[in-house]
Amino acid sequence: MGIIQIAIVILVLLLLVKPLGTYLYQVFRNEDNRTDKWFSWAEKPIFALIGLKDRKGMTWKGYALSFVITNIILVASGYLILRLQKVLPFNPNGIDNMESTLSFNTIISFMTNTNLQHYSGESGLSYFAQMAVITMMMFTSAATGLCVAIAFIRAVTSKGTTVGNFFEDFVKAHIRVFIPAAFIIAMVLVALQVPQTLKPALSVTTMEGSEQQIAVGPVAALESIKHLGTNGGGYMGVNSSHPFENPSPLTNVIEILCMWSLGAALPYTFGLFAKSRKQGWIIFSVMMTLFIGFLSLNYAAESNGNPALNRLGIDASQGSMEGKEVRFGIAQSSLFTTVTTAATTGSVNNMHDTLTPLGGITPLSLMMLNSVFGGKGVGLMNMLMYAILAVFLAGLMVGRTPEFLGRKIEAREMKLIAIVILVHPFIILAPTALALMTDAGQAGITNAGFHGISQVLYEYTSSAANNGSGFEGLADNTLFWNITTGLVMLFGRYISMIALLAVGGSLMRKQWVPETLGTFRTDNKLFAGILLAVVLIIGALTFLPVLVLGPIAEHLTIR
Amino acid sequence: MNNTRTKVMSKEMVNQALKDSFIKLNPAFMMRNPVMFVVEAGTLVVLLMTLFPSYFGTEGSTGFNLTVFVILLFTLLFANFAEALAEGRGKAQADSLKQSKKEMTAHKVMEGGGVQSVPSTDLRKGDIVVVTQGEMIPGDGEVIAGLASVDESAITGESAPVIKEAGGDFSSVTGGTRVVSDTIKIRITSDPGESFIDRMISLVEGASRQKTPNEIALNTLLIVLTLIFLIVVVTLAPIAKYLGIELSVPVLISLLVCLIPTTIGGLLSAIGIAGMDRVTQFNVLAMSGKAVEAAGDINTMILDKTGTITFGNRMASQLIPARGETLASVAQWAAVSSLLDETPEGRSVLELLKKEGLEVDESMTAGAEFIEFKAETRMSGMDLKDGRKVRKGAVDAVKAWVLSQGGSIPPDLTPNSDAIATEGGTPLAVAVDHRIYGLIYLKDTVKPGMKERFEQLRRMGIKTIMCTGDNPLTAATIAREAGVDDFIAESKPEDKIAVIRKEQAEGKLVAMTGDGTNDAPALAQADVGLAMNSGTTAAKEAANMVDLDSDPSKIIEVVAIGKQLLMTRGALTTFSVANDVAKYFAIIPAMFAAAIPSMNVLNVMGLGSPMSAILSALIFNAIIIPLLIPLAMKGVAYKPMSSSKLLQRNVLVYGLGGVIVPFIGIKLIDMIVHLWI
Repeated sequence: MGIIQIAIVILVLLLLVKPLGTYLYQVFRNEDNRTDKWFSWAEKPIFALIGLKDRKGMTWKGYALSFVITNIILVASGYLILRLQKVLPFNPNGIDNMESTLSFNTIISFMTNTNLQHYSGESGLSYFAQMAVITMMMFTSAATGLCVAIAFIRAVTSKGTTVGNFFEDFVKAHIRVFIPAAFIIAMVLVALQVPQTLKPALSVTTMEGSEQQIAVGPVAALESIKHLGTNGGGYMGVNSSHPFENPSPLTNVIEILCMWSLGAALPYTFGLFAKSRKQGWIIFSVMMTLFIGFLSLNYAAESNGNPALNRLGIDASQGSMEGKEVRFGIAQSSLFTTVTTAATTGSVNNMHDTLTPLGGITPLSLMMLNSVFGGKGVGLMNMLMYAILAVFLAGLMVGRTPEFLGRKIEAREMKLIAIVILVHPFIILAPTALALMTDAGQAGITNAGFHGISQVLYEYTSSAANNGSGFEGLADNTLFWNITTGLVMLFGRYISMIALLAVGGSLMRKQWVPETLGTFRTDNKLFAGILLAVVLIIGALTFLPVLVLGPIAEHLTIR
Repeated sequence: MNNTRTKVMSKEMVNQALKDSFIKLNPAFMMRNPVMFVVEAGTLVVLLMTLFPSYFGTEGSTGFNLTVFVILLFTLLFANFAEALAEGRGKAQADSLKQSKKEMTAHKVMEGGGVQSVPSTDLRKGDIVVVTQGEMIPGDGEVIAGLASVDESAITGESAPVIKEAGGDFSSVTGGTRVVSDTIKIRITSDPGESFIDRMISLVEGASRQKTPNEIALNTLLIVLTLIFLIVVVTLAPIAKYLGIELSVPVLISLLVCLIPTTIGGLLSAIGIAGMDRVTQFNVLAMSGKAVEAAGDINTMILDKTGTITFGNRMASQLIPARGETLASVAQWAAVSSLLDETPEGRSVLELLKKEGLEVDESMTAGAEFIEFKAETRMSGMDLKDGRKVRKGAVDAVKAWVLSQGGSIPPDLTPNSDAIATEGGTPLAVAVDHRIYGLIYLKDTVKPGMKERFEQLRRMGIKTIMCTGDNPLTAATIAREAGVDDFIAESKPEDKIAVIRKEQAEGKLVAMTGDGTNDAPALAQADVGLAMNSGTTAAKEAANMVDLDSDPSKIIEVVAIGKQLLMTRGALTTFSVANDVAKYFAIIPAMFAAAIPSMNVLNVMGLGSPMSAILSALIFNAIIIPLLIPLAMKGVAYKPMSSSKLLQRNVLVYGLGGVIVPFIGIKLIDMIVHLWI
């Protein structure tokens, strides 16, 4: 029964890939098309207002500078709002200003599309901050990621020097993709009983006669963009396991598809840009294979229940239900966990802290690889980076200077890619070691031993991959954790984005190499296999030792 | 080919390489190879811990540390040995070249006209020298007067002397070669230290070896992998410490050395040197490693028809009897006219007859007189004892000869001979006295095996273009026979450049061969230009490779060597990285088995003890380097096939093999090591 549920969701996703991928292609291909007719009335005044008349193409440097500066401005204004929210309007619950390191962490967390939350939304943020900072950044950070990915795609698939105009892409991403989609999904969620209100928290008297505060607010609006933009920051502290955020299995499936479908459609969009749909499907199939592999691991581990409890003779037929919602069950929880970490969303509908040790490897690994669908665009960019690496090795093995999509991969590209593949393990492993070495870090750990390592590792992996889900159980709202995870999120996002844009810029200027029989093809099964091996081996070789000390040791000792 | 130069390795060479392996331990050398430098740093740390155990508090594990140190030291020595051996082979070649570069005396022509003896090292560009029979040519130059035969075996290994003469395409001479007959006057074209031989020596010695772009890119990848594993290992210690597991430094260093790509790191420069060496052994001199690698990437190859694709001289290919005559009679008389004819055309007639299985009565020629070909008569043949005169020759000459004896011309003779001419062939008429028996169709023949080679090239994805001065019809015929993809007829030297530019504009890499001065611009424009050693100095200077045997079809082998070079790098990198999987399964359980006994589940190889597991992985890591030296030197096997098949094969052998081999290897080593610990 569980497997059928999962299969149906995957089938629906497969059906969505082509139309969504085509739509994204139409939106960003910068030639007249139907989507202009629907949206140009809204965009024209915006372009006029920001003085963007001729929308000239930018070099990769111009593009990178534009998106970084835009993000800096957003970060600065957001930070001020968080620090001053007490005196700003829409604060019916009288919530105080946010502390400075927490504000630093929160603002980076949302600008980088991570949404690691070291605060609890219902008690830490005013309605104004929720809307003007959190919800706003959920749109802008997702749009930023999508734009950079599109620019990267343009760079690797076209000739010339310009990768597009950031501001034009940024506006289009909002007007043609996120705002309409978010609006529709929000309406659907409202229809399915998700609250949407500006009224203060409800005060009710329980049957025992005590007073209880029930948090409500503009939940549906946030919920839709939270998943569409693979943000993941919940309105409530417990995120999508809260009955107001995710009331039923149906909303659960809608949320899964929301966070998954755009990321899954991008390889197809890439195929259209590359004028080789097959190439897009090959990338997609590699992602899907990895996805199903890790999903199976999680599903099997959770279904088998907790070995320690099983040994006590407790009925394990339900699987390991600790930390899961009864209304979702194993299948819906397992799928949600896999999708939210694959797509680097970071919303949770069950507590990852209570996953069985083996089941916990799934979210960790997906975030470590950070290329299985991935967040808005970043996953595709990372996968294409792995593809370039795979091409490099495979190209050498057929005795040619390696080529990808008709461009030679040479020292400059390798150096830039070197930065990207080096940064990811560094910002995960170095702070993990630091946290485990220092008192400040150890203070946050609530479970000693192997599980403690998993907690710390999860926190930094989630930050580095801009996922944002927490293993929870970590007392992480401290100076140490706020600063370190803040920096990890920052480096995790921008270094790889800028370096990969530079790779694109460098490939773009190259002379195209015509395809011959001697060219090694990147749109067949053989390449898919090699790509899969490269992703797994680079990932496995890097993170295996620490996984052995965390979840694997935990599993082996409770068996 | 010079066999003394192809010897793989001698005892001396190995001894020298062994010595060099130690000299190369100097960190200043090691710095150039970051992967091995990390190993060296680790070795040093372990050495210190072995020497001063009390300082480091490692008294309990001195024996283990010493063992680790010894294995690490051998890892370094093995890698150095690989490089030294490759360099040694180059040096051996250089030494044989240096012998021809001995100090010699040159006879320099002074401005006044007198001749003065000077040491050859004093010669400068533009000086003129006279070289007579038995003397060595003192430097690279161009013949400006005279004609002489020159023994170039010192350079080419070919013992038959070649003719050098002033003007034309055979005017360039190489220093160190010997004049066998006559006297020539030579203008020196290179300063001391820059001559052909000097360049060749520095190239094969590896002294002027620069890293190619591909090597730089691969090196970047290797450095990144090294850094990643450095991060992994350095962070592992504090993470394990949190669990109360103390990992000793030598164990961590062992893990690091096993994980970083030492196999390819240790063999990378050997592969590069050996690649150049293979080209040189092939008697092709590449001006840089970059040129060899570029050869592997070639998309289009431009080849001259004459000399490269065809023999260049015309061969009999068909006999056409005139109306009313039989094939047998034409064959008979053609044979008679050619039996004593030593020209290639004459011999080709006899070969054709043999091939076609036509019987010839040779008794007829007994006592006959051979009439040689003369420019005036344009005929050759035989005057038989019975008085009959047999002739073969240019059709109009034979016609005139027959008519002058009162004979008649068969009506189909002229149309047939015209047809042969339009197809680009040469017709020869065969006549006895006043009777014309038929025609011999002479045509330019494609060298045997060329068709297969072009087929191979096509499978490798390389397009071939034939250039010829012939008319389009002839060109088309030869092109079809040879199986080239395209041709340019009536081509002028400018056409070649135009074609090269056009192909390059499409992003293709173009290779061409040439020897004449008028080929020089095209040779320079091409990405890979292979000049013939017999060619002019201008051609050689413009090209980035020179073929010492002057065999233009060698460009095909050069392409294969270029591909092989890249493939060897790719295969060994893949192998090296794939090895890490097994090494993890050996070392990780061993590291933690003491503290976490259940970790032993991961010990899938069933290795004897934690210590023997670590040492076995380390020993495997070390000995795989010398085991792979032959592969690095020879290059991985390459057969022309489509890239997909090639990739499939190499992924299977070096990727999957790279995963499986160390599992077996480490297990075997462990079975021995475990006898002690």
